[in-house]
Amino acid sequence: MVSLDKLKEEIKKAYISSCIKLPNSVKELFKQARNKEVNGGLAQKVFDILLQNAEIAERESLPLCQDTGIPVILVRISEGLTIPTGFESAINAGVAEAVKEGYLRASVAHPLTRENTGTNTPAIIHYEIVPGKELFEIWVMPKGCGSENMSRLAMLKPADGLEGIKNFVLETVKLAGPNPCPPLIVGVGIGGSFEHCAFLAKKALFRELGTQNLDPKVKALEEELLSEINKLAIGPLGFGGKTTALAVHVEVAHTHIASLPVAVNFLCHSARIAKIKFL
Amino acid sequence: MLLKETKLLRFPLEDKDCLKLLRAGDVVTISGWILCGRDATHRKILNHLGRDFSFDFSGELIYYVGPTPPPPGKVIGSCGPTTSSRLDPYLEPLLKLGLSATMGKGKRSPRVKELLKEYKAIYLATFGGAGAYLSQFVEKMELIAFPELGPEAFFRIKVKDFPAIVINDIYGNDFYEEVASTANFPA
Repeated sequence: MVSLDKLKEEIKKAYISSCIKLPNSVKELFKQARNKEVNGGLAQKVFDILLQNAEIAERESLPLCQDTGIPVILVRISEGLTIPTGFESAINAGVAEAVKEGYLRASVAHPLTRENTGTNTPAIIHYEIVPGKELFEIWVMPKGCGSENMSRLAMLKPADGLEGIKNFVLETVKLAGPNPCPPLIVGVGIGGSFEHCAFLAKKALFRELGTQNLDPKVKALEEELLSEINKLAIGPLGFGGKTTALAVHVEVAHTHIASLPVAVNFLCHSARIAKIKFL
Repeated sequence: MLLKETKLLRFPLEDKDCLKLLRAGDVVTISGWILCGRDATHRKILNHLGRDFSFDFSGELIYYVGPTPPPPGKVIGSCGPTTSSRLDPYLEPLLKLGLSATMGKGKRSPRVKELLKEYKAIYLATFGGAGAYLSQFVEKMELIAFPELGPEAFFRIKVKDFPAIVINDIYGNDFYEEVASTANFPA
């Protein structure tokens, strides 16, 4: 197993680099989407600015966005491996050092006193036991809350079915309008229980861009939702256009015979994710 | 939506009549000094105004922003807009004190739209998530009050050609609503 020092260092590096460097997969989608927008229009100008922003951020080591997020961390570990004592403290120390060394913004506060912790900690740490042997990776997402605040979850009735799910997702995108900084990655969780459904929507955002759900039914739903969302014409930053979402990722889980939970979680266009592979 | 000709604005406004020329959807660039703050800044300003704090808001613009700390050698860090609707509850008292404009991102409440019309003030959106890009238009940064609030301190920045879009003009028009009304065009 990795040493706590190495863990802290890797978290720090991943947190800083994800705040500064926009993944190439996102830049590529920007370029493709730009070419579909009206020539010389505002939507194209937005994409030009976002591409310039990514270039400047990387060149000047400046965060892409001033909201350097609340750290959402997904630890994926296979059975049989052990998590060492001090594991979470090391993750939090990595985040705190990243904020200081990377000149990131401290954005984490107590919900009632609103007192800022000044370190962007405590991080939100999720765990997932994954099949296979000797797998240990940590996914890091500095989660901006302009987009997070637009999330919604509904406990639909089984009778609402697929139509109910689609309507809820579209309604959520429409209500969010310009606020979550489109073009978006839309994460949808379907099934499970209340809290598991919300987790699925978040986990969907971590999925590699350009990949689709392996289940053909879910894949078809992803494609249909992406097309319907883009017909809303909210456009880049809500200034109008053909690109409201770059991708829709849906994750499903079995649910109770009485339930149909649906959760929608957004990643803004500054789709910052880093994945650290230890094993 | 095709790009309109860019209009120039200078803050604080010398003559508030210049706002009459602006319409929702106009592209503008801003030069001069603009005020900056976000949630905690507003709470603190409104708690202390008229007691141990005074400030002339006449003709001013407040930019809803909490930048990242400036790295060595830089005036400011990343400084894109935050979601404006969170500041809706704090706007009216500042409009009463003469505030002429606010800038952020996203929709305002129906009540704010009425207030903007009533007080002849505008609301602008700048480019959300483009904080590194927007930092290029900032020439100076000066603390005004409440340094204990860190990124939410009350400060002002000197900007040159800072880009934005008029969302709400003084006549009650709303650019986001205009965009929504063109929805469902064939993609």
